[in-house]
Amino acid sequence: MSHLLEIKDLQVTFGGLNALSGLNFHIDEGEIVSVIGPNGAGKTTFFNTISGLVEPTSGDILFEDESIRGLDPNQVTALGIARTFQNVRLFPNMTIMENVMVAQHCRTSQNVIGALFQTKAFKKEEEEIRENAKEILSFFGSRLVGYRLDQPAFVLSYANRRRLEIARAMATRPRLMLLDEPVAGMNPKETAELTELIGQLRSEWGFTIVMIEHDMRVVRDVSDRVVVLDHGVPIAQGSYDEVSINPDVVEAYLGRPVENKS
Amino acid sequence: MVIKTLLVSLVVIGVVAFIAQQIDPSNAFAQWRNPGARALTADQFKGLVISGLSQGVLYGLIALGYSMVYGVLGFINFAHGEVFMVSVYTGYIASHKFAANGMWESNFLLCLVIVLVLATTVATATAILMERIAYRPLRNSPRLIPLITSIGVSFFLQNAVLGFFGPSTRSYPQLPEWLSKQYSIITFEISGTKLMVLAVTMVSMAGLWYLVERTKTGKAMRAVAEDKEIASLMGINVNRIIVTTFGVGGAMAGVAGIMFGLLFRAVHPMTGFLPGIKAFTAAVVGGIGNLGGAMTGGIALGSAESIAPMMILEPLGVPGVTQLKDAVAFTVLVMVLLFKPSGLFGEQLSSEDRP
Repeated sequence: MSHLLEIKDLQVTFGGLNALSGLNFHIDEGEIVSVIGPNGAGKTTFFNTISGLVEPTSGDILFEDESIRGLDPNQVTALGIARTFQNVRLFPNMTIMENVMVAQHCRTSQNVIGALFQTKAFKKEEEEIRENAKEILSFFGSRLVGYRLDQPAFVLSYANRRRLEIARAMATRPRLMLLDEPVAGMNPKETAELTELIGQLRSEWGFTIVMIEHDMRVVRDVSDRVVVLDHGVPIAQGSYDEVSINPDVVEAYLGRPVENKS
Repeated sequence: MVIKTLLVSLVVIGVVAFIAQQIDPSNAFAQWRNPGARALTADQFKGLVISGLSQGVLYGLIALGYSMVYGVLGFINFAHGEVFMVSVYTGYIASHKFAANGMWESNFLLCLVIVLVLATTVATATAILMERIAYRPLRNSPRLIPLITSIGVSFFLQNAVLGFFGPSTRSYPQLPEWLSKQYSIITFEISGTKLMVLAVTMVSMAGLWYLVERTKTGKAMRAVAEDKEIASLMGINVNRIIVTTFGVGGAMAGVAGIMFGLLFRAVHPMTGFLPGIKAFTAAVVGGIGNLGGAMTGGIALGSAESIAPMMILEPLGVPGVTQLKDAVAFTVLVMVLLFKPSGLFGEQLSSEDRP
């Protein structure tokens, strides 16, 4: 069976620094994979490379057996890869509705001419975009709908901004969703709720998910597989239980134990 | 601080003296400042308002181009005034071609529409080419560099036109009688040309507002203005949106060019310079990056330079006030920068610039 995403010998160099080297792994349809590792391990660079913001130095990225190396971010999105950011990046002056509507940009076909003459097809599509946006937003309960729809995004609380960012990623109708620290900065209750939502993103919406996460309880609860990076090199892969007792992983997080000189 | 106080007191004394003169031209305060003081008649005043308004909406229309490009790319495209000038020249050539075969007189409206479409197309094309050739290669360089390039592009276009048409002032053909005569609308005497300028500007403004606020392309434009990287991750082709922005800005300058041509009926290679700089001033006055602000800024600036000489400078006894339009316009710029640097309606910054 071919893989949804396949990373082949990926290497990214900034100046003389190897941000990522010799990365080889794959993601299958329907999986939830966590990428973990200490700060500076290259996790976010990995996401940036997939989404087209950073050009790899060597190696290749295959999405549904086709190379996406060197594509522009908008082309990658059009193929079906969406992402969120560690530091939430919304369009703060646009309304919540508009934030989600604009994300459907690459899935719509009507143009300015249609808008100018208010053609039937245009109105129908506009209506569909709105309905989709509402449906996606109601996935997060009542927090982002109702009177909220026409408020600018900057009024939202931190946790709601994170939710809106995920909603926006959902609106691009991806196959693969990259979540960069989805629960960072949330309280335990919100974290538990979002962990459940991540599971539903797969079971109800059919997204394959790769996420970077520092909260090990979330990693344990949702991921099928865990990939551990350290200094740009993958040091372990496997289930959470396997990885958590791997000596290399423990060392990367905690340091080498002091050897007793006897 | 001294400059601020000085400027404000100048304006205040001027206005007080103006009011004093209006009440009684021979009163002591008015006489003290300007012995030859005369009161303005209501008709004179209305005339000033109308000419200020029609000039102002043109500034506003050009200012939109400055504002939109600033919103999306964060630099001032100083060559935008030249896009306007190119449009005035296109109108000049086309209208003379029509005048030569008599169509200009016999079927003026049709000619006008064709000239308008033609000039708008040429201006749009100029703006798009400018982006493609001069600015796109500099997309990732520091902002000062495209700014300086735009000054270069501006000189290039001025001199290219100078080379093709020579330095002399050319004039538009005679306008039909129904356009140049005066109409009276709720006690305001207004010429047909100015009436048309106001109407066409309103329509273009409404179109632009609809494009930016209501269409998908407009939403994409606002998204690109807020955060280019995220916009591209939403599947928006950022380059295409930037080209569209230049194109729409160019089209607005194109419309303004024809209206300018009909209003003043004269064109020379430096035509774009002063309106360009004034439109930039208007954009700053209204708050750069803010479309409603650009339009209001334009109207405010046009009215100020039309009314202020008679209302503030004349009562102060400044000689030759009608020559001081430009000085007034740039004084307004200085005052806005001193008192409210973000403009009347506030700058709309992209998230990269926000502190």
